[in-house]
Amino acid sequence: MKRKNKNRIRKDPPVRPVRQDTRQTKTAGGNFADKLIAHRDLHAHALFSSLGRLVASPFASIMTIAVLAIAISFACGFYMLVVNLQQLTGNLETSNQISLFLREDVSDAHAKKLADSIRQNTNVQSVKFISREQALAEFQTYSGFGEAINTLEKNPLPIVIQVVPKNSLEDRQGLEDFLKSFQQSPEVDIAQMDLQWVERLQSIMAVTRLFANLLNIMLGGAVLFIIGNTIRLELHNRRDEVVIAKLVGATNSFIQRPFLYTGFWIGFISGVSAWFIVTALMLILRQPVEKLSGLYEGGFHLLFLGFADTLALIGISSALGVLGSWVVLICQLQYTKPE
Amino acid sequence: MIKFDNVSKRYPETGDVLRNVSLHLQRGEIAFLTGHSGAGKSTLLRLIAAMERCSRGRILLDGQDLSRIKENQLPFIRRKMGFIYQDYKLLQDRTVFDNVALPLVIAGFGHHEIVRRVRAALDKVSLTGKEKKYPLALSGGEQQRVGIARAVVNKPPIIIADEPTGNLDPELSAEIMFLFGQFQKVGVTVLIASHDISLISQLNHRVLKLEHGQLVSS
Repeated sequence: MKRKNKNRIRKDPPVRPVRQDTRQTKTAGGNFADKLIAHRDLHAHALFSSLGRLVASPFASIMTIAVLAIAISFACGFYMLVVNLQQLTGNLETSNQISLFLREDVSDAHAKKLADSIRQNTNVQSVKFISREQALAEFQTYSGFGEAINTLEKNPLPIVIQVVPKNSLEDRQGLEDFLKSFQQSPEVDIAQMDLQWVERLQSIMAVTRLFANLLNIMLGGAVLFIIGNTIRLELHNRRDEVVIAKLVGATNSFIQRPFLYTGFWIGFISGVSAWFIVTALMLILRQPVEKLSGLYEGGFHLLFLGFADTLALIGISSALGVLGSWVVLICQLQYTKPE
Repeated sequence: MIKFDNVSKRYPETGDVLRNVSLHLQRGEIAFLTGHSGAGKSTLLRLIAAMERCSRGRILLDGQDLSRIKENQLPFIRRKMGFIYQDYKLLQDRTVFDNVALPLVIAGFGHHEIVRRVRAALDKVSLTGKEKKYPLALSGGEQQRVGIARAVVNKPPIIIADEPTGNLDPELSAEIMFLFGQFQKVGVTVLIASHDISLISQLNHRVLKLEHGQLVSS
């Protein structure tokens, strides 16, 4: 026995008090609250130690996270593309409205009466009355032909009644019948609707959305595989630790915990990085897009990732991180046995 | 405490490694397990550690039939045993304290209890004050004692040692055996696999001898 060593240590002040209060702590050891705290400490330890491990090997971590962040940015970018295109068609959706251009001989008072009677129709959601003067003013402001209009002796524009049908009339046949009913009334010169064009655009949008969703599923799969492979390597590197933990009675959930947290961190950091990448790209795109929109006299503004979108982005990335790790751990842990 | 009833273990590649082994170690008993290499010592220890299941017969550990225990219950069985290895199996990137604390952390002990028990275990193997050292900074004998501290820190009723003195000189070996004797005195069942004949003959303990997978003397 190394008496010399023992004697030296016995004088060590911090050791003594701990050995003296033996009986006190023994009763506290079996306490439920104590176990709960121990459990929480385990989680906290796994949370921070797994982050510490990522920081300890920065090169490997950055490589993995960069690949994931780019993959997630792609997915997020497609999503933003769809959201912004939807905003475009969103404006157009109201344009399955019907414009009734009235005959020149119809007076304002008569036209207003007509508008009121249309408003009574159960299939009508809203009616907007545009008088000749209003139409002229609008035309002068938006068309860029204001000067030319001023040279005309009299206002050439007809009274217009804009009718927005109810959503219940969304099927094409219903709308066309509705349109025909207006065409038959004597005051109406032309009844017009941009339905076909809206339909085409909507089906283009549907295809785009489906394409983006399929791509996002594939990218999600890629993220799962990358994280899974990272965790597999990590498990391989820490094989000794896993084996020893098993030998001293660790349950699978104990062994999995730090790896699951590693997966979580990788997913979380990649999600946050992807947010920065996407936001940076959109900041670069904003001015050119708004300039383009201006050329079409559109009120189009680039939509950025909102708060809910950001939460979803980071939440899904983190969840994919945990899921990818979990699948690999389930498959690999049973083969990690001591010799 | 440890009971084998006609236990056989067959591997598809090598055939029967253990054949009809029956033995019974009482609570507080200490015994050597000996035999030439390939006689089945490690297989027997692996069966006790529930790393493998036996092909025939049954193994009772503290009254529990190992062959009937579900996979997810095995960790709890292992917590009743402290394992000591020839190559120590310490985590090189953790301090002595963390290595010894591992079984307690796994069992979900609170921080204060962990500190108390780890200090007590290290004190028992005369390693007080080396808590913050890393295994590589210690001598072979000291590393083995860290391994022993880890095996006993959870106060298991059974200690299994696989060639615990294999890498140590006779003086250190005697020290380790003295420790095992002390554990036995407090009611721990100790099974030591060893082929160190001189060490075995010095001590008047029960000797289980394996030959070609069969128990020839107990």
